[in-house]
Amino acid sequence: MLANKKLILAHFWLAFAVFGIALCLGAWQMFVRSPLYVWISDPEWYYRSVTAHGTVMGYVFPTLVAMGFGYAITESALEQRLVGLRWAWAGFWLIVAGAIMAMVPVALGRASVLYTFYPPLIGNAFYYIGVVLVVVGSWIWVALMSINLQVWKRAHPGDPVPLAMFANVAGSYLWGWTAVGAALELLLQIIPVALGLRTTIDAGLARVLFSWTLHAIVYFWLIPAYIAFYVIVPRAIGGRLYSDTMARISFILFLIVSMPIGIHHAYGDPQVGAGFKFVHSAFTAVVTLPTLFTVFTICASVEIAGRLRGGKGALGWLAALPWENPIMLAVAFSFIMLGFGGAGGIINMSYQLNASIHNSQWVTGHFHLIFGGAVVIMYFALAYDLWPHLTGHSLPDLRLVRTQLWLWFIGMMVTTFPWHWVGILGMPRRMAYFDYTNPALSPQALPVAISAIGAFILLASGLLFLFILARAYTTSRTEPGPYRFSRPIHPVRSVPVALNGYGIWVALMIALTITNYGYPIAVLVARQDTSVPAIYVGAQ
Amino acid sequence: MSPRELFSFRDRYFSVSVGITAAVFVLAALVGFIVLPYAQSQLKFADLWDAICSAAGLQQRSPSSPAPEPTHRFSEVVLTPTMLAHPGQESIGRGATLAQRCAICHGPTGISRADSPNLAGQYVAVIYKQLLDFRSHARTNAVMSPFAANLSDQNIADLAAYYAYLPRLPAYHPEPPLARPGIVIYGAPIRGIAPCGACHGSLDNKTGSPWLEGQSEVYLKEQLHAFASGQRTNDINQQMRNIARAMTPQEIDEAAAYYASQPPDIVKATD
Repeated sequence: MLANKKLILAHFWLAFAVFGIALCLGAWQMFVRSPLYVWISDPEWYYRSVTAHGTVMGYVFPTLVAMGFGYAITESALEQRLVGLRWAWAGFWLIVAGAIMAMVPVALGRASVLYTFYPPLIGNAFYYIGVVLVVVGSWIWVALMSINLQVWKRAHPGDPVPLAMFANVAGSYLWGWTAVGAALELLLQIIPVALGLRTTIDAGLARVLFSWTLHAIVYFWLIPAYIAFYVIVPRAIGGRLYSDTMARISFILFLIVSMPIGIHHAYGDPQVGAGFKFVHSAFTAVVTLPTLFTVFTICASVEIAGRLRGGKGALGWLAALPWENPIMLAVAFSFIMLGFGGAGGIINMSYQLNASIHNSQWVTGHFHLIFGGAVVIMYFALAYDLWPHLTGHSLPDLRLVRTQLWLWFIGMMVTTFPWHWVGILGMPRRMAYFDYTNPALSPQALPVAISAIGAFILLASGLLFLFILARAYTTSRTEPGPYRFSRPIHPVRSVPVALNGYGIWVALMIALTITNYGYPIAVLVARQDTSVPAIYVGAQ
Repeated sequence: MSPRELFSFRDRYFSVSVGITAAVFVLAALVGFIVLPYAQSQLKFADLWDAICSAAGLQQRSPSSPAPEPTHRFSEVVLTPTMLAHPGQESIGRGATLAQRCAICHGPTGISRADSPNLAGQYVAVIYKQLLDFRSHARTNAVMSPFAANLSDQNIADLAAYYAYLPRLPAYHPEPPLARPGIVIYGAPIRGIAPCGACHGSLDNKTGSPWLEGQSEVYLKEQLHAFASGQRTNDINQQMRNIARAMTPQEIDEAAAYYASQPPDIVKATD
């Protein structure tokens, strides 16, 4: 029962439209710093573009997808109308207002600070206030997800919460808590300086607060993709979900350990003690568990589909899978990229291996592979899956859809593999210009050029995706029936209370925040000698 | 079972999850705060608590060798972008009177014909910082230092305000503008050199960095060599010393000749 299709479509359309714009910027960035182009002569244009690309791709696009998908799940999984529709629209418009407010100073070159802010760089205050509005808009969604679940629970006392909604609310709680770090940094540190109320800033403390948000935000981006793995993929390919319990445990683990691990982004920072860096490294190792559980459970679920379709033997079920089905294709591509990206991630989080790739292009390659690749391809899949239900039109041509997914997969591999490689060769990230004629850099010219070509394949795929979504409106109307989620192999009649709510898990998340972040933050707050003068970007 | 009963060690989910989480934390903390500090042979600790404090990021309590005495005076000037941004007419007027002493080298209109810097229309923070540095001996020059020695803080602020207020007249540099050399356009990223304009005005201005267009070629070259040799040390965090040391003599010549040939009215950023 999707009653508020307009609300969901508004979120998706805005998400994919800004995604298309940011994708163009990304391809341009890859091109101008590659040997295929001479040089734009003003690095400020490059950083301006990187700031816009990162802000849209990091804050606006995935947040809108998670929100739109969350509303769709609420109405279809709980089979009740969304409570708080006006608030939902208010949240949406706050994000629109925030995104515009943030992008105007960026476009004017008044906030080329990159989306991770990098104090003591300080840009125009409207940029930061815009980002805060986007976060506040998304917090309305967090509250609505929780309220809708409570309404349903009151009407269905003791019933198992449908898996899709359980995971969705876990993701919303994760986001609600993880956004607090960046919000504290913006409200207490950056915005007062940007408004001219103060002229110095504690950059070390700001970085620690941002790390609170910086890693868990990745899991917030990832959760819609994981929800799609569990509740869309098995149904779409004619299989069964192998384990409902394993799914719940995976999302619970994400909730607990996604957040108190962010200092692994700050291994090079002198203001955090080595002991805490190790503790964060250890907990980052734990966060591989929910992904490994998910890969196992989904592979088992897909195997069920293969065997139901007549696949025999140890690997024969693979051939029997419905490879012409876009969702099958998307999940296979996603897992391949997740495998490579995940392996790279384990290198990043290892305290000592990190030293060899820290601040290199490897890191940029890594997060594009895992977010832009493994996660975004599932955003495409879930949009394709929902589209007939939202628009009342079927997708125009499955061949076109498959082409789009293939292009995205190939483009992402061609872009990110050389990107990792040049990182190992020592190419630093966040630089606008490289002199490839220098003998020390010349071995990097070819991989960077290949990577830039990959970026244009991605651009073609992204534009094709938008075309397919728009083109669907011209196809004949269809009645796809109610939107359903995959059924587990064993029907879920009852679920332990602990796995049907969030009490223990939210408490553990907050407890680990205190143990892992309490001291590093407190000691920096207490010190008075750590502030440095702000550097105003585009101030003169 | 009510949610309240869930928060009890009688509940299996609660006891197992809290137990595992606590165990991971305690184990990680033991390794991170005790095992790893001692595993690093170059670190010496007075006792266990000292090792733990070190891993927590506190300064070690064990006595360390005293910091070496600096060989030169550091610049103690603190600059912010809004400092001296809106000087009063009175300040500019006082600065004009004081500036009469400066005219002998820096020219009556702030344009020098003596290979001293042109000061007309220079960023206010630049003149302010350099005068303070001359006064504190963070920067020294046989001619300039005596002039700065007796200036008060207010005199320095007034002089800075006056020169920043003057129009940027084209300086006396007759040759036609040269093409921009690579070191100015690109810098040399592999040697840690940013394009000059990233701080010096044509791309962006970082507070305290002067615009360079139309300055004396001799002066620019001399300063770059002084930074490179460590004779001039009043740049904050060695920013210019690090750059000048990495520049080749030819690049120094090219950059100085290029900037000297540019009219100062093309400086993009205005203050």
